[in-house]
Amino acid sequence: MRNAFADELLKIALEDPKVVMLSGDIGNRLFDEFKAKAPDRFFNCGVAEANLIGVAAGLAMDGFRPVAYTIVPFITARCLEQIRVDLCYHNLPVTVVGVGGGLSYASLGGTHHACEDLAMLRCLPEMNVYAPADAMEVRGCLRSALSHDAPAYVRIGKKREPVFHESIPACKPGGSVQLKEGADAVLLACGNILPVVMDAADALAKRGVHAAVHSAYGVKPLDTALLQTVFAKTSVVATIEEHTLVGGFGSAVAEWLVDRTAEGFAPAARLLRLGTGDRYLHEAGSQAYARTQYGLTPTAIADRVTEALRLAEKPATDPVVA
Amino acid sequence: MSATADLPYRLTDPDQLRAKADRLRAKVVALSHTAGTPHLASALSCMDLLTTAYYTAVRFDPAHPDDPARDRLIFSKGHAIPALYAVLHDIGVISDELLADYNRDGAVLAEQPAPFCAPGVEVATGSLGHGLPIGIGMALAGRLRGDDRRVFVLMSDGECNEGSVWEAAMFAPAQKLDRLVVLIDFNKWQATGRSREVMAIDPLVDKWRAFGWSAHEVDGHDHAAIAGILENFPDGSGRPLAIIGHTVKGKGVSFMEDDNNWHYKVPDRDAFLAAWSELGQPEDEALALLDAAMPAGAH
Repeated sequence: MRNAFADELLKIALEDPKVVMLSGDIGNRLFDEFKAKAPDRFFNCGVAEANLIGVAAGLAMDGFRPVAYTIVPFITARCLEQIRVDLCYHNLPVTVVGVGGGLSYASLGGTHHACEDLAMLRCLPEMNVYAPADAMEVRGCLRSALSHDAPAYVRIGKKREPVFHESIPACKPGGSVQLKEGADAVLLACGNILPVVMDAADALAKRGVHAAVHSAYGVKPLDTALLQTVFAKTSVVATIEEHTLVGGFGSAVAEWLVDRTAEGFAPAARLLRLGTGDRYLHEAGSQAYARTQYGLTPTAIADRVTEALRLAEKPATDPVVA
Repeated sequence: MSATADLPYRLTDPDQLRAKADRLRAKVVALSHTAGTPHLASALSCMDLLTTAYYTAVRFDPAHPDDPARDRLIFSKGHAIPALYAVLHDIGVISDELLADYNRDGAVLAEQPAPFCAPGVEVATGSLGHGLPIGIGMALAGRLRGDDRRVFVLMSDGECNEGSVWEAAMFAPAQKLDRLVVLIDFNKWQATGRSREVMAIDPLVDKWRAFGWSAHEVDGHDHAAIAGILENFPDGSGRPLAIIGHTVKGKGVSFMEDDNNWHYKVPDRDAFLAAWSELGQPEDEALALLDAAMPAGAH
């Protein structure tokens, strides 16, 4: 995804002289072409993220379209107050791009795990949050973010993720893309967990359960039209993300569902939320290993969906009385 | 923007600058008293740096406040913003009505400034350590646009506690931003203690010099000295400029000077009148101000 990001950013920058790139001293060689073709619009701001965001704000106040880029925890949590005050309070069109979303950099240890960013960025007024699932969605989300007059956060993976789209989807704030049809359950994959979710859908199919899969790249705003449709007609809707269950995409969907219920909506579906646990991993391991530790494997996801479907088919009982 | 002398508010004579600063100090004391807002002593200490910068150097045309090539002054120590409101009122970009509404419910001018609340308030400050990075962004924007703007950032010594200040302090010289100047109101106090005791701030000028700035130490109440440095800005060194102004917190009002209680304390009627008189302003005007500020029906 990061190569697609660098490539698409260069294309956009060559179309729009207002686009400027600010890097937090990462992406060795990744931006060589950008630096060659637009040398005055590339700034290596060093390992100093608070300053980086402020510089981006100053450029945006002058009509430029800055892209602020480094590894997720450092471009979000490290400088959250700068994002809040400089970008969101002033409502400036700065696109914050975090590389290594979720467990992408699992092997680098807990400092580089990024499972809280969606929660932190989502609660900021004015902020749009995107979590693209493959290289094509990265390109589409970047174009969407840079075309809106508001701060945006785009959370991307790392490299060599499977690509699901043949062309760049027309992404928009609050958008999603359907990747698989199925009437028995709906799987809403948020971000770079999509390949696992596609495999989970295959595992379910072998059990005779046909699940639809959507890539829900729009975290804030949500694709509420999609939610309205799937919660009205399915028995189980599952959200799956490489992010803590506190405040992420699944939380956003739960908030939407509760609020709609208060307005009189009677959902047909139960909501099942899958994500990383409320604990840090301390042991070494790859992204695949880290996913197993949080129950984010195709089999584990298929098991949870199967169980939710079984419960949904049973008559309602009070678990305390039962 | 061309000849700076064309700006209607331009002052060059140090006596005129001193009179202007005292006049604006009195206005700030009045704002603090009538609106009940704190941080008065912080506004008083920076007034000479601010007025010298504005009235001798900053190219900000009240008739064209959105000129893309204007000089930017970022008032980074946002808690003292009444000082800037007073300047902007004096040069005619903040109206009497707007200033009279200061800090009332629903007012445009708040105790710390909201984004784009008035021309000349370039940044919503109040959280320390934000002004300089944003100022760097504005200076880079000027370079990309090829205009001749300069960026002034007024900060406090307490603000220099913030790590973001030193991130920015390392970045600006790397970018050779010689059209950027930092003015530090070094009043030796922060909110709850002596700034040199809370953090090892000394030697402050050496720190900025070591970070690659063209750094100067001056009496922050000496208009001629401050103006003399700004007259040669950019100074040809290729480096950004830092002016460390040694100041007295609460400057201009004897019973507030170097008394950190006035970081939070709000002057009552007697303190306001005493300060107003010490600053050489006419008493009848003070009484009229008090009368106008009284709530309807209280007469």
